[in-house]
Amino acid sequence: MNLKKLSCTAIAAAAMVVGLPIAQAEDSLFMPSLTYRTGPFAGGGTPFADGYADYFNMLNERDGGIGGAKIVVEECETAYNTQKGVECYEATKDKGALAYSPLSTGITLALIPKASVDEIPVFSMGYGLSAAAIGEKFPWTFVYPTTYWNQLSSILKYIDANGGLDGKKVGFIYLDVGYGKEPLPLLEKLSASLGFEVAKYPVGVKEMQNQSAQWLNVRKERPDWMIMWGWGAMNPTAVKEAAKIRYPLDRFIGNWWAGSHNDLNAVGKSGKGYLAANFSGIGQDFPAVQDILTHVVDKGNSKVASRDDVGNVLYNRGMFNAVVLAEAIHVAQQKTGKTVITGADMRDGLENINIDEARLKELGLEGFSAPVKGTCSDHEGAGAVFLQQWNGEDWEKITDLIEPDNDTVRPLLEEAAEKYVSDKPDWQGQTCS
Amino acid sequence: MFYREAGQFKTTYADDQALLPIAQDRVGLIIVLAIAFLVLPIVASDFFLSSIMIPFLVFALAAIGLNILMGYAGQLSLGTGAFMGVGAYSCYKLTTIFPDLNILIVLLLSGFFSAGVGVVFGLPSLRIKGLYLAITTLAAQFFLEWCFIRVGWLYNYNDSGAIEVPQRELFGLAVTGPHATPETRYLIILTIVAVMTLVAANVLRGRIGRSWMMIRDMDIAAELMGVRPLYAKLSAFAFSSYYCGVAGALMVFMWLGSAEVEAFDINHSFLVLFMVIIGGMGSLTGCFMGAAFIWVLPVILRAIPPAFELDILAATMEHISSIIIGALIIFFLIVEPHGLARLWRVGKEKLRTWPFPYAT
Amino acid sequence: MEALMPALDAVFLAPFRDMVSLPDFLIQVIWEGFVSGILYALIALGFVLIYKASAVFNFAQGIMVVFAALVLVSLFDMGVPAWIALILTIGVMGILALTIERVVLRKLVNQHEAILLMATIGLTLVLKGAGQLVFGGEPKTMITEELGFSTGSSDWEVFDGIVIFQHIDIAAAVIAIVMVAALGVFFSKTRIGRALRAVADDHQAALSVGISLNQIWAIVWFASGIVALVTGIMWGARSDVSFALEIIALKALAVLILGGFTSIPGAIVGGLIVGIGEKLFEVYWGPLFGGGVEAWFAYVLALIFLLFRPQGMFGERHIERV
Repeated sequence: MNLKKLSCTAIAAAAMVVGLPIAQAEDSLFMPSLTYRTGPFAGGGTPFADGYADYFNMLNERDGGIGGAKIVVEECETAYNTQKGVECYEATKDKGALAYSPLSTGITLALIPKASVDEIPVFSMGYGLSAAAIGEKFPWTFVYPTTYWNQLSSILKYIDANGGLDGKKVGFIYLDVGYGKEPLPLLEKLSASLGFEVAKYPVGVKEMQNQSAQWLNVRKERPDWMIMWGWGAMNPTAVKEAAKIRYPLDRFIGNWWAGSHNDLNAVGKSGKGYLAANFSGIGQDFPAVQDILTHVVDKGNSKVASRDDVGNVLYNRGMFNAVVLAEAIHVAQQKTGKTVITGADMRDGLENINIDEARLKELGLEGFSAPVKGTCSDHEGAGAVFLQQWNGEDWEKITDLIEPDNDTVRPLLEEAAEKYVSDKPDWQGQTCS
Repeated sequence: MFYREAGQFKTTYADDQALLPIAQDRVGLIIVLAIAFLVLPIVASDFFLSSIMIPFLVFALAAIGLNILMGYAGQLSLGTGAFMGVGAYSCYKLTTIFPDLNILIVLLLSGFFSAGVGVVFGLPSLRIKGLYLAITTLAAQFFLEWCFIRVGWLYNYNDSGAIEVPQRELFGLAVTGPHATPETRYLIILTIVAVMTLVAANVLRGRIGRSWMMIRDMDIAAELMGVRPLYAKLSAFAFSSYYCGVAGALMVFMWLGSAEVEAFDINHSFLVLFMVIIGGMGSLTGCFMGAAFIWVLPVILRAIPPAFELDILAATMEHISSIIIGALIIFFLIVEPHGLARLWRVGKEKLRTWPFPYAT
Repeated sequence: MEALMPALDAVFLAPFRDMVSLPDFLIQVIWEGFVSGILYALIALGFVLIYKASAVFNFAQGIMVVFAALVLVSLFDMGVPAWIALILTIGVMGILALTIERVVLRKLVNQHEAILLMATIGLTLVLKGAGQLVFGGEPKTMITEELGFSTGSSDWEVFDGIVIFQHIDIAAAVIAIVMVAALGVFFSKTRIGRALRAVADDHQAALSVGISLNQIWAIVWFASGIVALVTGIMWGARSDVSFALEIIALKALAVLILGGFTSIPGAIVGGLIVGIGEKLFEVYWGPLFGGGVEAWFAYVLALIFLLFRPQGMFGERHIERV
């Protein structure tokens, strides 16, 4: 038995050493999808991956791909683990991968330097390194539609418009990893200029479901507003704890990773009033989402657990990720005149992306998100976010799009980008005229 | 038939005490090394080198570190991940403070920091052992993880909170950072691992290694025979953590390119522990076998559904590989507690007498 | 010296001034600590039961908590009424106990305890993989109300402030007390309980008077499976049911060091010390360290404790000193 196992292993290993044959058809566009359907954050990773895959599959079914080329989506499971993410990257990059959406700050940070050498763009949609918004310094990284820092400035604008910020105390509860700490420098800068006080409440990854100490501190220090940078099991626990200490939930704002159906379904009615930022539309009332339902879900080609999951916050976010990438492919095809493009073409496509209101309507996504327009130097599109509120059963959009405070944030982003490349003498930037 | 030691006479003590007394073993090792050093870098694909061989070597080194502590000195540790982290963070600090220092020296120096930390957390081993000690190493794990997050100095106050590997060159060739080719990184790791394995093999059969094994087998008897538990245990912790530290530094600098604290979490401690159990406690060959098994099995499992065009979710294969590894651990503990290394040895014994199994 | 005074004050005096100035808040902190302490204690209890009877240090206890809660919730999602789902889950835990005894433990009789520990680590992997394979990896909502627990809260006005008691927390405390009492009665009054204690004292002597080790092991694994189910329901009600819970269960190891591996009262007292201690430390001293100290407080406390009293507060077995 051992011998048999050994020989099987040997054969498989031999195949791996030489490199598995690439079984891609000639006119196809290869889109790797780094998913995490397992691990502690599977709850958020699963709908996102479904939305991502379903949109591309819908394009294949409805339009026969993009510009006549079918899109091949290959999932690779990372379990939110950087090592597996890097492995997935290495395993798929030689198959003609057009772009990576790593969906984890750790993996994004690992891929940013690698991908620019391999000439494959990294599209970390609204996560990862905020500084990557600066196109001159990060030619291969894109963070459309906006960054964590801009998002924070939008949230602070909302607070300012609802009772003012000056002299107030803002509590910031965050997952104690790179992702959660990302907005801290901006928060501290803005607190000085806008005149509010900041109280920080870190939540360790292992303590995600054990937050009573943090919320006891909140009760003691009584901040006027709470902002949360949470993910996974941290979110429902935080909202439950906030409700427990009777913190007014309509003064508790999560970021766009802390406001999904998966988070709040577990909380239910007691989470009523909780706010969260978002940049992608909610629900199924968009023609593109309806197309997904008819062309993919109803034909049984989707991995969603139930039809109702289509249209929930993270599903639509995953779909939006695919929308931006598909649009970039479209732009690249038009620019190059080729059907099958390369990673470098894809980069140009992403850089010249322009999803305005009219284009959104064409795509069947009218009012789905803020327009996204990229340039050589602007890799974030400075998109706006809106706030949504949990009504006990579902999310409702309650504000219009809130523009970020670009004038304050942009110089800080440039500073951060400068800092990132400062200890990397061989870093390849680009010049934008 | 081919594997027979008949006719190989040892005429000197040096011959008799050699690491590999049988000629075939020496030839075999030379062939393996020749393949590893000369053939693989030329024929293997980038993916094979950077996602299979490099992680395999890194984990093999970490497994050697843990095996020194667990298999040879008999002290159970669940803090391997954190000790690897100490190595990685000190390597990062050293190379950013002294950018001109040769990166190989930095890598090897960084192990000393984790050795120091290992000794500190090894102190309780002077009073307690077994499961209790395992729990104090858990304390090390969680406390160090917290330090990696909270002490901004360790990652130069990066906004991202991660350590990002700068480019370092050796003889004009990029060896770290994104421009380093998989071949270069692989050869450097391979050299380090080969040399450190040789050192470990020699330390283990020397006076220090024997004192560890005496402590493991019966500490009171060892003490009566003049082994000082203080030195023996702390040196085991120091050695073990040194190896883990270098492995951690290699992991970040030669493989991942950047790392957050989660790269050193408790799951990695377990991963290395599984490698040691499956490979075989108290065996250096076992460390390599265990690392290969635990790292390569999921990669192969992941490659199965696309190869046969089965529509199985990537996540499903992930769960299945978790079940298989768990079941194999239990299986090995029941059937062969000394792991793959023992199976290997049994196989060799069979080969020696083949085709006349009753000849001895 | 001048510079040192504020630091000393911040560490040794200021936290206590805080405590006295807001007594209602202090009570709330202690109550929160008490509740999480009870949950740690319940996990530790599962460990102790198994360790007492079979000298197996059951690392899989944490994943058993998740597994039990997942089975319950998934059964309910499939349309089984809550109470029937609960009974079925108990049945599943029974089958699991029998399987573990038959497949793993029986084969490993008389092995070194480190080997047994590693076997349970292997078991953890199997359960984790199987659990996610069958039930999916995404977090699920605990069916708190369906099981008849109130999700409301009551206030207690005291010292010009209020202390909020969640009903579910009160229920957790009551259930834990009832369960420990039941276990106490079971151990001292019933035939099986006495057999269990005999096995714990001396395997061979127990065998020689006709006690079936296999039967006893299956029973203790079943009992700790039920303890796991109760823990899973309580933790699940506080947040949700997901595999992230597994890591919290590791804290029970620190509890065991404090309480001793073989003592049921020790598990309870140890759990309460860890629970209350870490909350007080995080709330009053945590800000000095930048917060998040809960992650290691329990383990470091255990480490310090080990240096002075290695056998735990109530431990019977004398630890072999070196």
